[in-house]
Amino acid sequence: MNSSKWLAVIVTAAVLVVGVAACGDSGEDTASGNGGSSVSGEFAGAGSSAQQAAQEAWMAEFENQNSGVTISYDPVGSGGGREQFIAGGVSFAGSDAALSTEEDELSKAEKRCAPGELIEIPDYISPIAIIYNLPGVEVLQLDPETLAKIFNQEITSWDDQAIAADNPGVELPDTRITPVNRSDESGTTENFTEYLSEVVPSVWTHEVSGDWPVKGGEAASGTSGVVEAVAAGEGAIGYADASQASELGHAKIKVGSEYAEPTPEAAAKVLEESPLDKELSPGKHTMAYKLDRKTEAEGVYPIVLTSYLIACTKYDSADEAAAVKAYLEYVISPEGQELAAEQAGSAPLSPALTSKVTPAIEAIEAG
Amino acid sequence: MESATVTGSSRLLAGGLGWRRRALNITMTALIAAAFVIALIPLISLVYEVAKRGIPGLSLEFFTEDARGQIGEGGGAAHAIVGTLVITGVASVISVPIGIMAAIYLNEYGTGRLRRALTFFVDVMTGIPSIVAGLFAYALFELFLGPGIRLGVMGSVALSVLMIPIVIRAAEEVLKIVPDHLREASYALGTPKWKTITKVVLPTAFAGLVTGVMIAVARIVGETAPLLVTTGVVDSMNSDPFNGRMQNLAVYAYNEYRSPGVFKQAAYDKAWAAALTLIAIVMLLNIAARLVYRRYKTEIR
Amino acid sequence: MSQVDTTTNAGQLLAAASGGRRRLGDRVFSRTAVVSAVTILALLAGVAMFLVSEGLPALTASASELPEGKSFVDYVAPLAFGTVLASAIAALVAVPLAVGVALFIPHVAPPRMALTLGYLVDLLAAIPSIVYGLWGIFVLGPAAVPVLKWLEERLGWLPFFEGPASATGRTMLVAGLVLAVMILPIVSAVAREVFAQTPRKLQEGAQALGATRWEMIRIVVLPFGRSSVISGAMLGLGRALGETMAVTIILSVSGAVTFNLISQANPSTIAANIALNFPESSGLAINALIATGLVLFAITLVTNMAARAVIARHEHE
Repeated sequence: MNSSKWLAVIVTAAVLVVGVAACGDSGEDTASGNGGSSVSGEFAGAGSSAQQAAQEAWMAEFENQNSGVTISYDPVGSGGGREQFIAGGVSFAGSDAALSTEEDELSKAEKRCAPGELIEIPDYISPIAIIYNLPGVEVLQLDPETLAKIFNQEITSWDDQAIAADNPGVELPDTRITPVNRSDESGTTENFTEYLSEVVPSVWTHEVSGDWPVKGGEAASGTSGVVEAVAAGEGAIGYADASQASELGHAKIKVGSEYAEPTPEAAAKVLEESPLDKELSPGKHTMAYKLDRKTEAEGVYPIVLTSYLIACTKYDSADEAAAVKAYLEYVISPEGQELAAEQAGSAPLSPALTSKVTPAIEAIEAG
Repeated sequence: MESATVTGSSRLLAGGLGWRRRALNITMTALIAAAFVIALIPLISLVYEVAKRGIPGLSLEFFTEDARGQIGEGGGAAHAIVGTLVITGVASVISVPIGIMAAIYLNEYGTGRLRRALTFFVDVMTGIPSIVAGLFAYALFELFLGPGIRLGVMGSVALSVLMIPIVIRAAEEVLKIVPDHLREASYALGTPKWKTITKVVLPTAFAGLVTGVMIAVARIVGETAPLLVTTGVVDSMNSDPFNGRMQNLAVYAYNEYRSPGVFKQAAYDKAWAAALTLIAIVMLLNIAARLVYRRYKTEIR
Repeated sequence: MSQVDTTTNAGQLLAAASGGRRRLGDRVFSRTAVVSAVTILALLAGVAMFLVSEGLPALTASASELPEGKSFVDYVAPLAFGTVLASAIAALVAVPLAVGVALFIPHVAPPRMALTLGYLVDLLAAIPSIVYGLWGIFVLGPAAVPVLKWLEERLGWLPFFEGPASATGRTMLVAGLVLAVMILPIVSAVAREVFAQTPRKLQEGAQALGATRWEMIRIVVLPFGRSSVISGAMLGLGRALGETMAVTIILSVSGAVTFNLISQANPSTIAANIALNFPESSGLAINALIATGLVLFAITLVTNMAARAVIARHEHE
């Protein structure tokens, strides 16, 4: 065939492919849904990328059960999510940090919801594991002070005395320690540094923030980045969402007199032991927790990431309100939380916590 | 130019074809060939890696289903494929006519300050970080349509900002080497300027223009950062650029990599498969362009 | 240009003689061309205005209000340094390679293979930037680790290879090399188009006078294409300066200004810094990030001015 015939063949093929793909409309794909439901419409959320996998699972199952609804979630980051929520661009936001009083964030959010009220509840809890890459060392135990010194680059070799003290009988190589941290601003970093500065303030003197404060370590972008960096570097140690790092070793951290493992149950327990932060929870439906990371209770793993759901009790359109309410009800329901645990590795809200947050969602006026 | 060639060559000839000239010739030829081989190594490595990791993720489901309602390991990327084609298509429709007309302006009409300003600033435009282009497009649409707006066409506008300077720069280079005597011959026959351009200059440069457009399209088709902030992320199919969020392959791949959830391998497979599909799309476009090139290429005598 | 002007005038006289209709066509067409040019300038002005208006609050803020508690200059200096360093590595590696590739295909390779080979190199441009990023951390980085160690051992006295060598390979050197691979197809495509169009009679003239292939290239092809190669290099450099995704994924960003290319403590680039911090930022921090974008704009401006000056000087020879 000459070249113009080839051209024709390729163009035809391309058109066919696009045509088939575009015609495969999503409405016919809900194989398992019953489709019949009274909620319909489109709405969007935005925010924390830590919650992304969970949100995707929730959205997918909810859309299966309610084919008339289309939900989307932009993982632009907690800061972006809060900003978009305040500006009225999204119906709900996911945020790794509660709305703060800095720059009047909290009051601006309340204003967005007026005449309704602001809702802020925890919907996603995940343990932050300390992952490491040390061939030959199956189990690693660390106490908070050693942990802080490692990440502060004060302890630089794996065969250091402090580490050996926590791991009697374990053969530690003299490999250089490569501490891995997040290069992007992240809620995981903020929660980890909060733990370090609360539990060992004598060693960890840095300010708590989403930006990793120590220069000179190995920095990677995103949870996947940290996991890949630790996997690639012998002697590396990092901190990441436990569910994303199942193939690497997780260190056990000393809590009280025991060494605790980063399991979802242990992470959820922290929330049960912690009080609300009064300053950040002014309204009836705002529940911002001040995590008690110094807790020495049994079966608790104190390095956790708590992510919040931010919404309003009143929306401009009745359809939107009904749809958002139904969705959020699903999110906090036991089925929803089980699904998130299965798909995203988070810790399901405990029954006690669920009963605390349910009234907030029920307050959404969908009538 | 020609006299320089004659002078240069004559000086060489005067020395005779000694072993030194022959050795230099062989060395430089070998170096040039070596450069090509070195350039091929990363290419082969890249294509191999993407193919190796992406093929496991390919399936009929990948091409025909979107991700709506799909949990865990299921779901496809049809919505992302359509999105990429639509967004890139609209961006090209915006950028190519404007870019080529501007290159025509620079080469055929331009004089004085407007020409100098445009030349200079087009160069500057090539350095705009992709995420800044995205933020700009978002701010532009937010001005008229309120906050939180997400549309397919916003992504196209952001990509156009990145595409236009490449189209202009490449088109300008190609138009510049169309020899003046072709134009002069045309004017001598009384053809008006615009007809000379459209019937003589453009056809002569056609093949090179197509290459330039292809470079520009290839540049933007894999862009992630600007699309993250403009087109949003969505699981369902949407082929209307003026209505609602639209997914595309680059953002899809990035998301699967960034938040794989518990079924990590399946998500990674899908990310690599999306990257493979992107490369395949550009390859197909390239093949089409090459065929056009072969057919319409005119040599300058 | 003046020869064409004379002929154009003659042509226009002829056209005027044959009626006003043709003049209308000319007017419409040239107007469209001018409008396109102006639209693009307007677009660019829009982007510049956006950068300035969003960035200004950060430029005028005091150090305590800005992220990291530094003054804006202190904040952006390491980023600008990193940007220039990474792009310099990329350009230094890519431009010679690209010229080699662009010469190889039309002048050295067997003619039948020329088209396919050109196509292969252009394929590099088709690869999305995230893939480059992932290739960098999964393939090139680990492969580079032994090389980095060797560099530290043998050439560690140079400030570039001071070390300690990174254990994962995610260093400035690797990032620069990945950028080089990314911009190679752009530079080579532009150069190739021009080298391929070197007027036959000039090439044949040189060969008739007994020049070897390399001499013909040196005397005819390279001078003919020199300014285009510089233009192509500028296009590539622009891409490298503004590349966001690949650098964000690859580079281990935890250091300040340093020439050390093989360690894990590297300065970030402006574009990567925006991508890394924008999602979680709000308020003044966003203004600061956009202000760094403005600085990048300025850097691109200066580089291009320098290139234009070089081209202009050569054209007068």
